[in-house]
Formats: sequence, structure tokens, C-alpha cells
Amino acid sequence: MIRLEGLSAVLGGQPVLDQVSLDLAPGSITGLVGESGSGKSMTALAIMGLLPPGTRATGRVMLDRRNLLDLPEPEMCRIRGRRIGMIFQEPMTALNPLMPIGDQVAEALRLHGGLDRTAALALARERLDRVGLPAPRFPLTLYPHELSGGQRQRVAIAMAIALRPGLLIADEPTTALDVTTQARILDLLKTLAREDGMALLLITHDLAVVAGMADRVAVMQGGRIVESGPAEAVFRQRRHPYTRQLIAASGYRPARNPRPVPPPLLEVREAVRDYRLPQGGLRALDRVSLTVGRGESVGLVGESGCGKSTLARVILGLDPLQAGQIRLDGQDVTAGRRMPRSLRARMQVVFQDPFGSFDPRWRVERLLAEPFHLTGRPPDWRDRVGAALEEVGLQPTDARRFIHEFSGGQRQRLAIARALIIRPALIVLDEAVSALDVRVRAQVLDLLARLQADHGLSYLFISHDLSVVRGMADRVLVMQAGRIVEEGPPEQVIGAPRHPQTQALVAAMPVIPAEWV
Amino acid sequence: MLRYLSRRMIVLGLSLLAASALIFSVTELVPGDPASFMLGTGAQPETLAALRQQMGLDRPLPLRYAAWAGAILQGDFGTSFTYRTPVGAMIAQRLQVSLPLALMALALAVAVALPVGLYGAARRGRAGGGLAMGATQLGIALPNFWFAMLLVLVFAVRLRWLPAGGFPGWSDPGAALKSLILPVVALALPQAAILARVLRSALVETQAQDYIRTARAKGLTSGQTLRRHALRNALIPVLTILGMQFSFLLAGAIIIENVFSLPGLGRMIFQAITQRDLIVVQSAVLVLVAAVNAVTFLVDLAYGAVDPRLRRA
Repeated sequence: MIRLEGLSAVLGGQPVLDQVSLDLAPGSITGLVGESGSGKSMTALAIMGLLPPGTRATGRVMLDRRNLLDLPEPEMCRIRGRRIGMIFQEPMTALNPLMPIGDQVAEALRLHGGLDRTAALALARERLDRVGLPAPRFPLTLYPHELSGGQRQRVAIAMAIALRPGLLIADEPTTALDVTTQARILDLLKTLAREDGMALLLITHDLAVVAGMADRVAVMQGGRIVESGPAEAVFRQRRHPYTRQLIAASGYRPARNPRPVPPPLLEVREAVRDYRLPQGGLRALDRVSLTVGRGESVGLVGESGCGKSTLARVILGLDPLQAGQIRLDGQDVTAGRRMPRSLRARMQVVFQDPFGSFDPRWRVERLLAEPFHLTGRPPDWRDRVGAALEEVGLQPTDARRFIHEFSGGQRQRLAIARALIIRPALIVLDEAVSALDVRVRAQVLDLLARLQADHGLSYLFISHDLSVVRGMADRVLVMQAGRIVEEGPPEQVIGAPRHPQTQALVAAMPVIPAEWV
Repeated sequence: MLRYLSRRMIVLGLSLLAASALIFSVTELVPGDPASFMLGTGAQPETLAALRQQMGLDRPLPLRYAAWAGAILQGDFGTSFTYRTPVGAMIAQRLQVSLPLALMALALAVAVALPVGLYGAARRGRAGGGLAMGATQLGIALPNFWFAMLLVLVFAVRLRWLPAGGFPGWSDPGAALKSLILPVVALALPQAAILARVLRSALVETQAQDYIRTARAKGLTSGQTLRRHALRNALIPVLTILGMQFSFLLAGAIIIENVFSLPGLGRMIFQAITQRDLIVVQSAVLVLVAAVNAVTFLVDLAYGAVDPRLRRA
């Protein structure tokens, strides 16, 4: 269907793609795997003719014996959406917030198919039905903000496949979604590719995602394809060292030797948290009880909206409880000003987004020293910032730099350093490694394990993905609709899940088949 | 939508109430007694007291506010201390000039700003875009009275196409419109320049959004994405500025009114202040506040029309 031959690209003097060759056959699923900056998305954009301004591409992208790189823009506009469809990573922002979903799907049909609005909307209805958004529940007049992330991604898929293109490019289509939603979306993509005989280029950083999906796999590093072939062969043979690193990092578990000491550090008893919403009340936490021991890591797993982040907020004393009690070190945690700073200083938090959680106009030393407002800034604070930087594997001289000078993994290290600087007893890690590449994730997990051993830290490790929590948690709690539905050691919870929600989470975990490893 | 509307209505009513109380007490607190101003410095204390009583100035403040506000609710704005004519009629007469002036200037500003902003965004980083934005920079920098005088010199003095000033009244609509053309242009162009810049920067920001990339992936050209997807999303900041501009144009046109000798609202307020004609000042300011609130209300409705997320908020 589409063949890439020696595709290279240069952006600002830097090579971003180097001799990329790929064959995307009808009905086949090709997994393109690599870390951020490896050139995966650039490859996709080059096929689409949407490379950033100033990029120079050479080589060939052949479709119907025509080189797409040579086509003038108006010609490319006729190919985009009609012959090649594309969906992107972030479903929350990929749709126009001011346009009903029906019109967004119909737009491509009207543009290429020359249909009038009524006919295009009728066809859009059919496409939305096909991606699992059936008529009565999902009228065409819905706006994107009325849909969940997974549903929005389905709309994006409906848009991309509206004209039955020969090639669908899916660039990290499930990275921003829950594991259970991910499993459903991947399933949908697979079905569509098979039924329509469409070539699917699935771009992801996660080898496990590709393992269950792709016929062929290509591994990218530094703008090159370092290894490619039938999926099973690539996984079994692992000719390139980089492939071996990726596979090893995919299910990485750091070496840990936990020794929790009684009494428990954190006790949550019968916690209730209600939200008042325009459409009525919502019980986000429904009599939740849990404990975290000193030096223990507890994993908290559940789908989006199950109450994980609400639980984190009430534990941190950011939201009040309607009933129940939270105690840290025997002291009551209360929201607002009544909570003593000395108690607040006992816990810190690391969030998911290493890009959004720092003020871009502050230097690292000021960012890292901020928690000192809870304890009073000691005279040697600069030395402490330096020591914290070293502890997370960065240089003391980094203190004078700004946040944009760091990569995602480095930023997450900085977030950990910021949490560590006042020596808390508990660190809440809210999806702290979910946005990281697998190899970086493995390094950060190692770091967390070492810091725990050195300082006797307790972790509350929150994630939607059981496989992330598995390597770090001594105990796993599974949450659903504001309740904890299952609890136990990770091997037991994953190996023999009892509650249906846990079973669903386990089934949705992307895994590399055991016989391939 | 109904809920959104009713909530906006309540806010509108409350802000009018608060504004009227504020206007009344502030004008009462400013030094300068209208009675003594009317009688001059040589007035006998008894005459002054009599006049104060006649004007109701000897009554306590809350009572006077209640009387004033109650009368206004019935459409009675009181009588001017200076001219002895009903204030309501005075304001209505001035609005006949100021309202069309502001509306036409706003319409012209939008008509100019929309294409310029779109062009500037579409040609960003190229010569055309730079030129368009340079022109708007100039439009903001030029003082509007200077620009107004330039217009008078060219179109009235030199070419004799349009009158240099004055307002003949609406009995002859053609002549009335003709006399408003130059003031409208003088008022509108700086506003158009501001509006075009806001629109362009909002468009540029919107064009970096993911859904623009999605639209491009569907096969829309960059021009189509700009018009179909970016423009509407960029309208929110533009509407905000537009609302603020209308309020400014209604009463802030005083300099332009002076340059063109137009009997507008701004000049009337200015004269009333110098003459301590408090009742005129209070009423005119209240009418302005009401107009500003009404515009804010309309802008809120426009937000709701543009953005479905706000309708349910």
C-alpha cells in the first residue's frame, strides 16, 4: 500500500530521520516502537506531508507509484483523510471543542466525498456506530467535552476511517488512556484493520502493546530503524542491543528489600468524600480504609474516575472529608489552614506530568527549595538542593538551570528531588512514571527503590496500570467507584484476581507473551 | 441554556443596584454644593438654605438615594440643576448621537479587524503578515484626535467631501450620517488595530492546538483549518475586547466629540461635572453603567453561543 524508501529528514541542521524504509501492506498491522525523540512521530508526519516547517525530507514515500514527498500541497490535501487517516495521542485535545462530533466526522466526508451535510451526517452516524458509539446513547449533536477520553478517541478513529483510507496511522493512540480503555481501543483498531483490509501503522513506546497486535515490528532509535521483521521473530531473536534493552525495561522490576516497621504511618479510616455537581452529588470516596506502613510501598490501582486522585488529595490534606478519619504518624490530617505545617511537611507528592508541574520561570534551586516554606528555610539550603540533585542522579550545578532545559525523565527526577528535600515520611506518587519511556521508567523505579531503602520512605503508588505498580508495591489495592474492592500482595492480585474489576484490569494489561520472552 | 441565561440576568440586576448606590454616594461625597454653585459666592445663607430645601439636599443620604432610585425606576431622571430641563430628555437627545456613533464605530472596527487579523495569522512569519501587524502597531500608536484632525484636513478642508464638524440632527438622515462618517472612522481605526492584534494572537495560539493538526490530517488546507476551526475558537478573547471597546466608545468618545463639535454624551457629562450639575452626572453615569452591563450581558450570551462548554456552566 505505502512504501517508505530511504526516507531521511533534517530539521534545523539536525538529522531527525535517517534512511527509514518500511513496507505497509494492506490488512497488515505494523508496530513502530521507540522512545521519545526516536523519530516515530516524524515518520508518521512525513507520510502525511505534515512535517514541521523548515524540515527537509529526502527519499521516497510511495503511494500508487507516486512519491508523496514530491506532491504539491493541494494534491496532498486530497490524499490526507481520504487515502491516509491519522489519529493522535491526546484524545482530550484532538477534537475541536466547539463543534459537535457528528459535524467533525462528517467534515472529512463532505470535503472529499462531495456529500451534502445531510448525507454526510447520515454516513457519520454509521461510522460512529462502527467505532462503538451507538445511536441513542451518542447522538451526533454531542460535543467533545461531553465524552470521556476513550470515547473521544473513538470519535477520532471514526473521523480517520470515515473514508475508508488504505492506511491508518495511529500515533500512541492509547498512551493517554486507562489500561482497560486501551485494550478496547486496540481491539477496535485491530478489527477495523482486518475487516477493511486497511494497513495500520501503530506507533508506540510500549513493546507490550505491539506484542499483542502487530504482524510486523520495526524498532526505531535516533531516527533509524535498527531492527525490523515479523513481530514474533523480533521479540524472540532480539538481534539489536536496543531491542533487548526495550524488552528488558518493559516489565522491569527494581530489586527491593522492604522492611515495613509497625505501627502504620498512614491510616485512612472509613473516608467519605462527596462532590456536589450540577447534575447531583457524587460520592468519590465511599468508606475507604487503608494503611501504609513505615517503609512500605502500597500500590493503588483503578480506572479513571474511580477515586484514586481524590484519595490522594484527601490524604495530602488538600480536600476535606465528609466522614471518616485520616491519621499520619498519629496526627489528624485535616484540609485547610488548620492542618499544622509540620504535619504537611511529613508528606510530599509527585504528579504525572513532568512538564506541567513546574513553574517555567523559576530556576531549579528555587523550585526544589519550595517545600522549605513548610519547615523554614535552613541556612544551608543551597547545599541541600545540591545534595538532593545528586541523590536523584543530577548535577549540583543544575540548580541554576531552568526547567525547559531538562528531558521528561530528568524532570521527573527533579520532582522526586523536590519531594525529598524536606525528608518526608510519605511520598504520594500519582501516576509518577506513567508518562515516561520504558527505559527511563526503569531508571526512575530504581531510583525510587534506592531512596526508599536509604531513607525508610513510605510510598503510595497510584496508577491505572497494574504492570507499573507490580514492580514497586508490597501491597496492591484495587479501587472501583470510590471503593476498595480487592487488596493483597501483587503476585496474588495479578495471579489470582478475585474481584471482576481486578480481573478486567489484569486482562487488559499489555504483556509480551511468555513463550516469546 | 435557560439556566445560564437566568444566572446572567441576576448578575446584571445586582450589578446595576450596586452601581447605582455607588454612583449616588460618590457624587454626594465630592466637594462642591450644587445649591451654592447655582447661587454664586455672594448668596445669602437663608436663600441658600431655602434652595437646598427646595432641591431636597437637606434630607439624609439614604432617603435621597431611595427617592432618586425610585424615580428612575419610573423613568424620571429628575431635572437638571443648571438647565431646568428633564435629565431624561437631555440624555435621550445625546444618545441619539453617541449610540449610533459607538455602534457604527464598533461595526467598522470589526469589519476591518477580521480580515486583517486573519491575514496576519495566515501569513505569520512572512512579509505580508509582518506588514499587516506593522500597520496595526501604527494604528494603536497614533493618537485618535490627531488622526481625526488629519481626516478633517483631507476630507473636509481639502476635498470638501464631508462636513468638518457639527451635527444637523436626524431630521435629515443623509446629512446626519454624513456628519458622523469622519468621527466613526477616527474612533474605529485604533479600535480595529487593537482588535486585529488580539484576533491574530488568539488565532496563532489556536493554530498550535491538537485539533488543528487533526483537521489537517483530515485533508483540510491550512486556510480551511483557519476559517473552519481556528477562527471560532479564537473568538472568545476577541469578544471580551469587543465588549470593553463598546463601553469605551459610548462615553470615551469625548475627545472626538470635541474635535467634530458633536453634541454627544461624553461632552454633556463633562459640562455637567464642571457645573456641579450632580443630578445630570449621576443619571448619565448610571445610564452608561447600565449600557456597559447590558453589553457585558450580551458578551456573556455570545460566549455561550460560541462555546458549548459555557452553556452548562
